Amino acid sequence: MTMDILRFATAGSVDDGKSTLVGRLLYDSKSIFEDQLDAVERVSLARGNDRIDLALLTDGLRAEREQGITIDVAYRYFATPKRKFIIADTPGHVQYTRNMVTGASTADLAIVLVDATKGVLEQSRRHAVLLSLLGVPHIVVCVNKMDLVGYSQEVFERIKDEFTAFAAKLTASDVTFVPISALNGDNVVARSPEMPWHEGGSLLHLLETVHIASDRNLVDLRFPVQYVIRPQTGDHRDYRGYAGQLAGGTLRPGDEVLHLPSGLTTRVTAIDTLDGPVAEAFPPMSVTLRLADDIDISRGDMLCRPRNAPSVTQDVDLMVCWMGDQPMRPQSTLTVKHTTRTARAQVRDLHYRLDVHTLHRDQDAGVLRRNEIGRVSLRVTRPLFCDPYSRNRLTGGVILIDEATNATVGAGMITGSGGLD
Amino acid sequence: MDYQLGQLDALESEAIHVFREVAAEFERPALLFSGGKDSIVLLRLAEKAFWPAPIPFPAVHVDTGHNFPEVLDFRDRRVDELGMRLVVGSVQASIDAGRVAEPGGRWPSRNRLQTTTLLDTIAEHRFDAVFGGARRDEDKARAKERVFSFRDEFGQWDPKNQRPELWNLFNTRIRKGEHIRVFPLSNWTELDVWQYIERERLEVPSIYFAHARRVFERDGMLLAENPYLSPGPDEPVYRTTVRFRTVGDMTCTGAVSSAASDVDSIIKEIAVARTTERGATRADDRASEAAMEDRKREGYF
Ligand SMILES: Nc1nc2c(ncn2[C@@H]2O[C@H](COP(=O)(O)OP(=O)(O)O)[C@@H](O)[C@H]2O)c(=O)[nH]1
Repeated sequence: MTMDILRFATAGSVDDGKSTLVGRLLYDSKSIFEDQLDAVERVSLARGNDRIDLALLTDGLRAEREQGITIDVAYRYFATPKRKFIIADTPGHVQYTRNMVTGASTADLAIVLVDATKGVLEQSRRHAVLLSLLGVPHIVVCVNKMDLVGYSQEVFERIKDEFTAFAAKLTASDVTFVPISALNGDNVVARSPEMPWHEGGSLLHLLETVHIASDRNLVDLRFPVQYVIRPQTGDHRDYRGYAGQLAGGTLRPGDEVLHLPSGLTTRVTAIDTLDGPVAEAFPPMSVTLRLADDIDISRGDMLCRPRNAPSVTQDVDLMVCWMGDQPMRPQSTLTVKHTTRTARAQVRDLHYRLDVHTLHRDQDAGVLRRNEIGRVSLRVTRPLFCDPYSRNRLTGGVILIDEATNATVGAGMITGSGGLD
Repeated sequence: MDYQLGQLDALESEAIHVFREVAAEFERPALLFSGGKDSIVLLRLAEKAFWPAPIPFPAVHVDTGHNFPEVLDFRDRRVDELGMRLVVGSVQASIDAGRVAEPGGRWPSRNRLQTTTLLDTIAEHRFDAVFGGARRDEDKARAKERVFSFRDEFGQWDPKNQRPELWNLFNTRIRKGEHIRVFPLSNWTELDVWQYIERERLEVPSIYFAHARRVFERDGMLLAENPYLSPGPDEPVYRTTVRFRTVGDMTCTGAVSSAASDVDSIIKEIAVARTTERGATRADDRASEAAMEDRKREGYF
């Protein structure tokens, strides 16, 4: 059996136990090496702790160690015989919304930590809103520090109900709840005898078995052309292939495809890789297509099915998470990168700023500051071939780049029917 | 058909996407090729990304002058096979030119000097994107590195001011004199690399496999007898069976006792290994807990 990959993000407020949980997962799945453990042991002792502080295992850079907080997305890896896991470890500070948005953008699943002694806080709501906005398909709410509330089922149920009530207002993901103690390892890797009342499995069991294959859009064929391969030498003098990574749908040789922006149709004659022809391609495969007709095709173009095309538009409405040092203002000009296409864009309108705690829409907002989220209209210099983000995260997501500093200053989720808009 | 890619296929596809993105958006990319296992995988992925066209950029090697000869041989052969141009940046030349000073002491490693030679080579050839084989699982500081990692005009990395990376969209904008380090293997682990080497039947330098070698022990590390470092009176040289988990300089790359003589047995060995490849075998990373972070800020690989 081949192993697949599950990418997940972690979200929680400071001190909810996020680092301890990630450390525990790595430790109990035997992904921690002795030299890493030795280093952590030394630091723990130096700080006067009487047992190893698992949180230190995931503490990255020196600045963070000195401040004792996690300040940037860090990636961790572990594997069990069932799956390989990639963790985007994202911090919970108010000012670091951008990190969570970043980590969640590629996540199949997110773990939201709630401290059992504190219940659902404002921050927990913010995490839920962001994860919903980023379209993370599965959410696991870990009610942590159950040891401090006597492993009480009542506390767990109360938190579960409160979270469920709030989450009902958001675009539905699949939400599951697990009562844990990251510190003691209860229900993290194995089911805990302390909480026989918990009907589900351990967190790790959940991570190993959650079904993710159908989370990708396999219906709407989307092939953004990334690079044109023309060897112009030797055996391949006449070879012309269109390379790219499938962003949606499935594709077989013989399929008819529509080319955008030309609107011409042609047929796929072969799907090439160095390892030989592919019988059927699906996301996220990187392949090279050969086509029956000689159409002028370049990077930034899109191939789709004749009767199932994305919208072709220069007016794009999106939910923007702003990440720039300077606020985003209406009328300002930006560079937008969408699939393999880059264009310039002008901010036409900021419709409202979303309060991620109350879901209130502030229509009087004049600017969007760092870590704020709002609904924005852009006018772009060339048409984008896009889908609502809720339908396809790859053809519905854009990044915004500041033309003066070259910094990535925003992430946008294209809205449309069905999304959070 | 379950439409789910296996782990190696998913990692491969992601890396190929990165290679093509760079080729499409940069003018003068280059690929750092040390002859080590990670850069071997890197080259294979580059080959796949552009096939049937040749790889559209040169390979760059920063030669410390203290490399294992087996690895240099391998490097030359592989680059030849692929018909690539090889650019060599020489640390010896940097020393001779007075750009850097040869360190002394018990650990006279040229490792840190490589940064200057690397940055000089990048500047001389005006490379604007440089592929490296670093993986995030190697080190805590690496865990935060972006796939497209921005370097300022001094080649410096600023870990607190990195560009956020969302979905599979990469910001490739730079000004003249700046460059991007690109890490297509960011999400690979040591085990993934070896499994890929096995699956693709890739050749690796012989020093990765168990062989008889004259070694001596220094500060708990097993070093190859070599022309650049003399063992002390209390450091007897003896012959034993070892292999290397990373290929760096002969002066700072430790060997591990191992009988693993093929890729399959290396995979088995790593699957149960209890130390990281760096902790076990790299003197350069043991200097302090933040050693890698400090070197990376200066512009190291
Ligand atoms: N009693 C108890 N303490 C915990 C648990 N998980 C974490 N902690 C403690 O809570 C504090 C914050 O944990 P940490 O993992 O650093 O939180 P983070 O800020 O979310 O990463 C530390 O003192 C942990 O030891 C738990 O399950 N039970």
